[in-house]
Amino acid sequence: MRLIIERSQEDRSYQESFELSLKRVTTLLQAFYEIKSELDATFTFDAGCKSGVCGACAVRVNGREELACAYQPKDGDRVEALKYHKILRDLKVQKREAHSTLKRIIPPAKSLKSKAISPKEEVKFRIQSDCILCDSCYSVCPVLAVNPNFLAPFALSRAWRYIQDPRVEADKKTKLSYLQQDAIWDCTLCGECTAVCPQGLDPKNDIMQLRGESLKAGFDDPNFSTQNFGVPDFSGGFGF
Amino acid sequence: MLDILIIGSGGAGVTTALEANAHGAKVLVVSKNLPTQAQTSMAQGGINASLGNEEPDSYEEHYIDTLRSASGLANENMVNRLCQIAPKSIEWLDKMLVPFSRRDSFKTALNSIAQRKMGGSSHPRTCYAQDYTGLKILQTLYDRALESNIEFNSRLLLLDLISTEDNQVLGADFWDISEGKIKSIYAKATVVATGGFAGIYHGFSTNSYGATGDGIASVLRAGGVVEDMEFIQFHPTAMRPSSILLSEGARGAGAWIINEKGERFIDELAPRDVVSRAIFEQISNGHQIFLDLRPISKDKLQELMPQELHLARLHAKVEPFKEPIPISPASHYTMGGIAIDDKFRIKGLKRAYSVGEASSARVHGANRLGGNSLLEIIAFGRECAKEAIEESQVNKKYNTQSKAKERIESIFSRGIEINHYEKRKLLGESLYKNLGIVRDKSQIEELMRILQELQRKIDKTGLRDRTLRENHDLVELIEYENSLLMAQTIAKGAMERKESRGAHFRKDYPKESPKYKKNIQIKLKGEELVFEIDN
Repeated sequence: MRLIIERSQEDRSYQESFELSLKRVTTLLQAFYEIKSELDATFTFDAGCKSGVCGACAVRVNGREELACAYQPKDGDRVEALKYHKILRDLKVQKREAHSTLKRIIPPAKSLKSKAISPKEEVKFRIQSDCILCDSCYSVCPVLAVNPNFLAPFALSRAWRYIQDPRVEADKKTKLSYLQQDAIWDCTLCGECTAVCPQGLDPKNDIMQLRGESLKAGFDDPNFSTQNFGVPDFSGGFGF
Repeated sequence: MLDILIIGSGGAGVTTALEANAHGAKVLVVSKNLPTQAQTSMAQGGINASLGNEEPDSYEEHYIDTLRSASGLANENMVNRLCQIAPKSIEWLDKMLVPFSRRDSFKTALNSIAQRKMGGSSHPRTCYAQDYTGLKILQTLYDRALESNIEFNSRLLLLDLISTEDNQVLGADFWDISEGKIKSIYAKATVVATGGFAGIYHGFSTNSYGATGDGIASVLRAGGVVEDMEFIQFHPTAMRPSSILLSEGARGAGAWIINEKGERFIDELAPRDVVSRAIFEQISNGHQIFLDLRPISKDKLQELMPQELHLARLHAKVEPFKEPIPISPASHYTMGGIAIDDKFRIKGLKRAYSVGEASSARVHGANRLGGNSLLEIIAFGRECAKEAIEESQVNKKYNTQSKAKERIESIFSRGIEINHYEKRKLLGESLYKNLGIVRDKSQIEELMRILQELQRKIDKTGLRDRTLRENHDLVELIEYENSLLMAQTIAKGAMERKESRGAHFRKDYPKESPKYKKNIQIKLKGEELVFEIDN
């Protein structure tokens, strides 16, 4: 089996192809260790639990985000680092900046109240709390290509989680006010985040829910207010 | 100077940080991986507390169940303390917004949390969040830590504790993986919360590759004491050949353990050591063993264990609704670790604390009850914080000698005839074969020979990657060296314990002996491991 790796060493970026002699390759992560042990010890990647729950080993395979520990490689696969992260070395990236966006959406300690929850209520924010911070959704998001300040899809899903949780006692308008800029309205609703999430989260749907709640709470859709619906634009040059 | 340096960012470390921070202490959490990439995220089953939500229960019964499983080696006061504060720990997690699974009818907030029965428990006592309990706890606590502005520094690999001549620990030396240099951090109190070492059974462990006992090794090198190292818990139901965990929750819900003929041969809800040995015996007799989820309804499976269904399809290439999943026991948890007193202070050192799997708080004894490890990291993480914040100011200027620089230089100057990636596989296989579920004198001797040989070749076990920054070859070589030290302590403890008790089963001494109702303690004297007699 041949794997093509997009490498970054010191100041040099290049493509390298590795021929693996393994008879049975179960996961891409196993292939990575084979390369590191047998072919090139300088090959660098992140890994952890090997069971798909720690989020360390997310990479892009043929342009698609995958967890290396949960992906079965095929001959000729091309592997590269996640997008929109600083590459530290080869496939290893710095996630600090992406994860720091979480600070914006975490409810403050003073708003937490002890409260009984029913199974029906719990289900409403269950899947959102399965996130493993692998950053796949961040890497695939086209908005981040044009707006680096955009709140990550995983952060928006987490925001929806905390808004749904009855134990957070703050008025909805306050909770939503942090999500109006560089957040829910900037999303193109392309759904790529949902498609790549290894944990089955649906950030696109969570963002749509957040938009609906925002409108109900009295916030405006800035896309709507700036759109031109064919009415003459009197804003400039007519002496009004 | 920091008030508390916390090494390790799993459930134990983050809980200690949150509690200490709530008391106004200045803390720093350091880890070799990103904070949420800790072993805690892999805990599926749940966390025990006698809430009595499903049927009447009491902390006394939790206490009795824990002691029974511990086979005489637990400290009754510590177990009592753990079981007594367990409901408060759940209340704290609930307040932190951990999304526990819930019950249809309830009277109070705590009463709305669902509980299930795990092996060895007399009542349904395990609170859970589907089969993602550890993951959801860790991610939620990380959020709370971010909100509390707790400082994290990941990418720091622990090298050595910084200690004075009179054994005061004033912080630790780390290898800064990103910067490629040594970084020293000083604090009034240092908490070692670096997790266990079950990962050294490489290829035969449910743990991550990085569970190599780094903190325990550094405590040994600083002159501290470890104990109960021979008690390694083997989880009965890891998938073959990946060793990925299928939790006890499956058996609690009614899954069967069968051989290739479809025969059941063991009570699935017996304690882990009993089930693991029964499976081992079947495998030794040429049978193949499976976990059969089909006795559980599809809906219930999807509700209770979505993660495991997904993992089975991926790693075992099996459709669990249609066919049983091939399993074998795998190393899962290390009961022993750093010897501490009831204030979590490390034996033999000052200003140094340990909590979580890295420590031996004597609550698991010879065999841990499922659901008690998540409990320990939360309950004792908070207790440990309360002790560590009391540590006094460092008033004097001390002369500290760091061996870190010397150590790194010597690693870079070694030959590279030996490949440590190959040797860690060999180490894992040798441990599983000779210090596995069942062991005897000749097997332990065989392992000791292998370890000596690996140790003898360490001068040739060098780095093929010569860069300083982001050098994972170096990180994994240091982990390998820690693994060797851990393996030596297990072998020493296992050889000394001439009896069978809990997870330690000697073929040549199959009975429990009152003579060994004690904790075997070990420390480093120079280069040599010796027994600590003062026990």
